[in-house]
Amino acid sequence: MTASIIEHQDLGTGTEEPVATAAPDLARPLIPNPQSSIPLSTTPQDHHIARMAAVALGLTLIENAIPTPLPGVKPGLANIVTLIVLTRYGWRVAAWVSLLRVLAGSLLFGSFLTPGFFLSLAGAVCSLVVLAFAQHLPTRWFGAVSHSIYAAFAHITGQMLVVYLWLIPHAGITYLIPIFATAALIFGTVNGLIAARFMNSKNEMLIHENNERHEIG
Amino acid sequence: MYSMALQHIKIGDWLTILFGSIGIVMLTLKLWNGELADKAIIRSGGKIFREVPLSRDQQIEVRGPLGISIITIQNRKARIASDPSPRQYCVRQGWLQQAGEIALCLPNQVSVEMAGSKKQYDSLNY
Repeated sequence: MTASIIEHQDLGTGTEEPVATAAPDLARPLIPNPQSSIPLSTTPQDHHIARMAAVALGLTLIENAIPTPLPGVKPGLANIVTLIVLTRYGWRVAAWVSLLRVLAGSLLFGSFLTPGFFLSLAGAVCSLVVLAFAQHLPTRWFGAVSHSIYAAFAHITGQMLVVYLWLIPHAGITYLIPIFATAALIFGTVNGLIAARFMNSKNEMLIHENNERHEIG
Repeated sequence: MYSMALQHIKIGDWLTILFGSIGIVMLTLKLWNGELADKAIIRSGGKIFREVPLSRDQQIEVRGPLGISIITIQNRKARIASDPSPRQYCVRQGWLQQAGEIALCLPNQVSVEMAGSKKQYDSLNY
């Protein structure tokens, strides 16, 4: 990536800021070494997606450092990012962030094209399909917590399907479903709460400030 | 602190949590109670010796490397009644009734596995 492109990164606001396409400056070439690099035309939205995916990737890293009592039961912290992106920027961006996170995460942990990668991918794809429907729930009654729980259930459903159809075609894995479903409900609720809290935090701070002013006044 | 966290949960979210919990409880009851077995799969040396329905009471003798194990089927239950293995684990395991239960007599390489009607083809064991 060239320096000049980085300069035009958006500030995470997600708005389609018109990129100030500088007139081709012949004295200073855009690319340091034109022969060996391929110029990629990137939009501010691309950068925004990449940045969100990077945040999700960071959460995945943190999560992998947390020991779990049962392999396969993970909090899925990266989904907090997916939920926030879904609410703020829509499903398409959320899908990009989620799938990029799965891909980049697998490269980072060296699990690309291993069963673990396909499990993550199946979970992410199923979550996204369910979120595509869940996002149309009336926002008056349903918030990020609902989205999160539905996505979490979809996630384990996708994973169990891959496990059953491909990895362990044994009816015995049904004994694990209650454990995974319980974990999905708990972590789904917690992740949804964190996402909702994050998205409401700005309004809340304003309310809080107002309240304090009232108390003082 | 708690109220601050809870205020982000809307009515629909509560319903989602409620129905999710109910669903999980029902799923757990259904999956963990286990179904009653319909047949017993008797293996000797890893190979299937016989598959017997539990509907008929009978005694089956299976020859293993150490000697003969006797399997009793009675009242839709099955047990290993006698076995030449030294520690007698499989005999002490007693009656098997639920699908998925299994008794292994290791030195004699005889096992009884209970299977339900919905038992899927298992590519790991065959």
